[in-house]
Amino acid sequence: MPFIPHSETDVREMLATIGSDSIEELFDEIPDSLRTGKLSGVPEGMIEQEITRLMMQRAEADGRPLCFMGAGAYDHHIPAAVWEITTRGEFYSAYTPYQAEASQGTLQLIYEYQTMMAQLTGLDVSNASLYDGASGLAEAVLMAVRANRKSKSRRILIPTTVHPYYRQTTHTIVNNQKIELVEVPYCPEGGNTLAEALKQYEGEDIAALVIQQPNFFGILEDVDILTDWAHAQGALVIGVANPIAMALLKPPGAWGVKGADIACGEGQPLGVPMMGGGPYFGFMCCKQEFVRQMPGRIVGRTVDRDDVVGYTLTLQAREQHIRRSKATSNICTNQGLLVTAATIHMSLLGAEGLKRVAQACHANARKLVDALTASEYVEPVFKRPYFHETALRFSLPLDNVMRPLNAHNILPGYALQQDYPELADTLLVCATETRTDADIEMYADHLGRIIKTQTAAGCPVKPKMA
Amino acid sequence: MLIFEQSHVGRRALAQAPMQEADISDIPADMLRTDVPGLPSTSELQVVRHFTRLSQKNFSIDTQFYPLGSCTMKYNPRACNTLAMLPGFLARHPLAPESMGQGFLACMYDLQEILKEVTGMQAVTMTPMAGAQGEFTGVAMIRAYHDANGDSERTEILVPDAAHGTNPATAVMCGYKVREIPTDAQGDVDLEALKQAVGPQTAGIMLTNPSTLGVFERRIEEIAALIHEAGGLLYYDGANLNAILGKVRPGDMGFDVIHMNLHKTFSTPHGGGGPGAGPVGVSKRLEPFMPLPIVGYDGDQYYWITEAVRPQSIGRLSAFMGNAGVLMRAYIYARMLGREGMHRVADYATLNANYLMARLTAAGFDVAFPGRRATHEFIVTLKRQQKELGITAMDFAKRLLDYNFHAPTTYFPLLVPECLLIEPTETETREELDAFVEAMIRIQQEAENSPELLKEAPHTRPVRRLDEVRAAKQLDLAWSGAAE
Ligand SMILES: Cc1ncc(COP(=O)(O)O)c(C=O)c1O
Repeated sequence: MPFIPHSETDVREMLATIGSDSIEELFDEIPDSLRTGKLSGVPEGMIEQEITRLMMQRAEADGRPLCFMGAGAYDHHIPAAVWEITTRGEFYSAYTPYQAEASQGTLQLIYEYQTMMAQLTGLDVSNASLYDGASGLAEAVLMAVRANRKSKSRRILIPTTVHPYYRQTTHTIVNNQKIELVEVPYCPEGGNTLAEALKQYEGEDIAALVIQQPNFFGILEDVDILTDWAHAQGALVIGVANPIAMALLKPPGAWGVKGADIACGEGQPLGVPMMGGGPYFGFMCCKQEFVRQMPGRIVGRTVDRDDVVGYTLTLQAREQHIRRSKATSNICTNQGLLVTAATIHMSLLGAEGLKRVAQACHANARKLVDALTASEYVEPVFKRPYFHETALRFSLPLDNVMRPLNAHNILPGYALQQDYPELADTLLVCATETRTDADIEMYADHLGRIIKTQTAAGCPVKPKMA
Repeated sequence: MLIFEQSHVGRRALAQAPMQEADISDIPADMLRTDVPGLPSTSELQVVRHFTRLSQKNFSIDTQFYPLGSCTMKYNPRACNTLAMLPGFLARHPLAPESMGQGFLACMYDLQEILKEVTGMQAVTMTPMAGAQGEFTGVAMIRAYHDANGDSERTEILVPDAAHGTNPATAVMCGYKVREIPTDAQGDVDLEALKQAVGPQTAGIMLTNPSTLGVFERRIEEIAALIHEAGGLLYYDGANLNAILGKVRPGDMGFDVIHMNLHKTFSTPHGGGGPGAGPVGVSKRLEPFMPLPIVGYDGDQYYWITEAVRPQSIGRLSAFMGNAGVLMRAYIYARMLGREGMHRVADYATLNANYLMARLTAAGFDVAFPGRRATHEFIVTLKRQQKELGITAMDFAKRLLDYNFHAPTTYFPLLVPECLLIEPTETETREELDAFVEAMIRIQQEAENSPELLKEAPHTRPVRRLDEVRAAKQLDLAWSGAAE
């Protein structure tokens, strides 16, 4: 009974106040036929000491491998102060800041977060978060359909260089609203989306074009050309961006002549541990003119009756608790605590720190590619510049390489064939600022030895072309 | 003061980024950023002090009684956080192979099994990231089910007028029309109106039980039969599961699909607005449509169930595995409670609510549904105070802040005028409840003798009542001085 404070006396006296003989009697409005039995499938309770032992064992079983995997979740340094402060009870155990006077801490923090995200994306306004990058893209698509008054088509162009899981999630979330997601193939040489591939849609009614930068392959897209093409067609542009990369690369608000209209993406790289896939947070920013179409909570700065500056949730007439079936989204609980972590993280790094992290990621990724492609059995798939990950093709069965590397406690990358059947034996590899030269050397050394064993064992291999 | 106003050009937390700039000369110049984003330039101490001070402006469970109805603000055990954040879990990449995540997957699988047992459902998916996404999942599955049966004439979802706003918003996101069902004077669904509304166009109904009115829907079996006979399915909004945990199982009430708010019933933190987790349980007939990924177990190894096994799945709802770290906290909580503890959650949540209701009634407050039992929560209506004294629920709520109590939920559900929806939870002591009653009595006296104390409240918080009209009219959503 770990967290119930009542003594027997408490219970007796409280029941007397109520005028009941037993706690059981308080449930007398529930039909007897519905009462639950034993819950025999639930184990016996544990005291903290016991659960600690169990969880330690399980956490250790997962081995903390050396990570060269990205594909949407990234292993960055997180300052100690971030989670020390984030898990203070006053942030951790507060509810959504509906009572503004009792929530100024959270509200001011969100206002600061909105400012930072608007700065990072180069757009005017930000919301207070969505669930994650993938569901955030789905919300951006729904928003674009509402916001693009010129378009009646409910058609969205979505290149296959957008994260496959983001595309799948978006499909699940928007398909019951008769929105059509049209996939645009990528260029096999560059790994990017070509303006030529969009040509066939010229003159057609398109609500929005999605552009991911860097794209799922880590490759840098020609964002200016794509953005200007979309705007010329009367389509809006949704930019899916990596927040660390934005400190170094041209941000969505500066793409092309007019800039992307909506930016969204995965906030995890900003101070959130990989944690098995969540909780992360989806960020979303847009141009001022579209703010009333934005889903989710938004905080505004105002004054109180003594003219003291304060912060409050605003534009709530977009939201489900006011508008019900006419709301911009059904989202209610969002990812507040992760926004807290990200805001502290961005404050600690600042623009200069984030830029240095981004630079180091890129430089390490290049070192990694150089080290791995030193083997004659490994070559880059795409020729274009990348940010901190890119695809490498192996001329031997990938499985034969991955398993032994896993056995050395290395996560070598993400195998692309499951989502791109044409990319057999191709690995998406990533290095962040946290990978050292020694880490990279270790990966390359193990790989070299594994390939040697494999080729000596007479496996079917074909050395790369000169 | 904003963090930006403490910024100083050239300053930064030196320990937190690489010491040297790295070479990026291979990236074409026209792809690079040319301006400097306006993030703060501050020292580590400045940042720590700023955000620590901000935290102190919040009310929270750890610092105040927080009887926010429908939100289940119970103690969030510290062990759940500490153990969910063990380095082995934090370092787990979501796409790491199953062989390198057996510890994590075991926790997820065990939690699925526990949730199945306490809800009486056939299977559970853990990907939905909050209650509202759980609702989306459930209604999308209802739709997929009807579609798979070639039953595409069903265009309507029924929603009681007391329902949470996410219910109708969700139905619309799934492409349905919403039809509202009124509530009767006792707080139950108006059965006659429901009978009128049900028909061949009914895809299903979304119900919360106990409802958001703080009472148990007594004719739930009749409602279930009515909907099922018409070929519709029943969705259970599990936000109020704390009231019946270990007492009644939604599966036994006839529901086909339910979501749980683990950030309520299973005590994971609300974090100032999230993250939550909204796992969804289904009956046999909806199992094929569950979203992926789901964890399986073959008696030796834990593994991901894939699309190959579930070709009819509605698909994916998040990039990876939903809010895994929240699920982890809920798992730790569930294991600490165990079977015994699970049974007692509803007992003591209900005891506390009925005690508080009895004491407030004795003190002269009007409850919305006299003669009904409180469940884990109940409603006080201040309609009389509003009429006689011009004092609103908002005034009471704001004055409670001065007494160092978080306010109950106000103005929800919409159909009870001037309502306070009060949910004490099982983790509060009797002394805390008594202190709350004393505060309510004193505020009532103030309302009679010096109403301006309430009208002008709060007086003791960092700000007084805010100008919301100005906030919405003169939009200031990002600080304009950031980029300087
Ligand atoms: C009755 C009810 N239903 C649904 C929800 C939505 O849950 P969430 O906020 O987790 O999306 C809530 C919580 O706010 C609720 O109280």
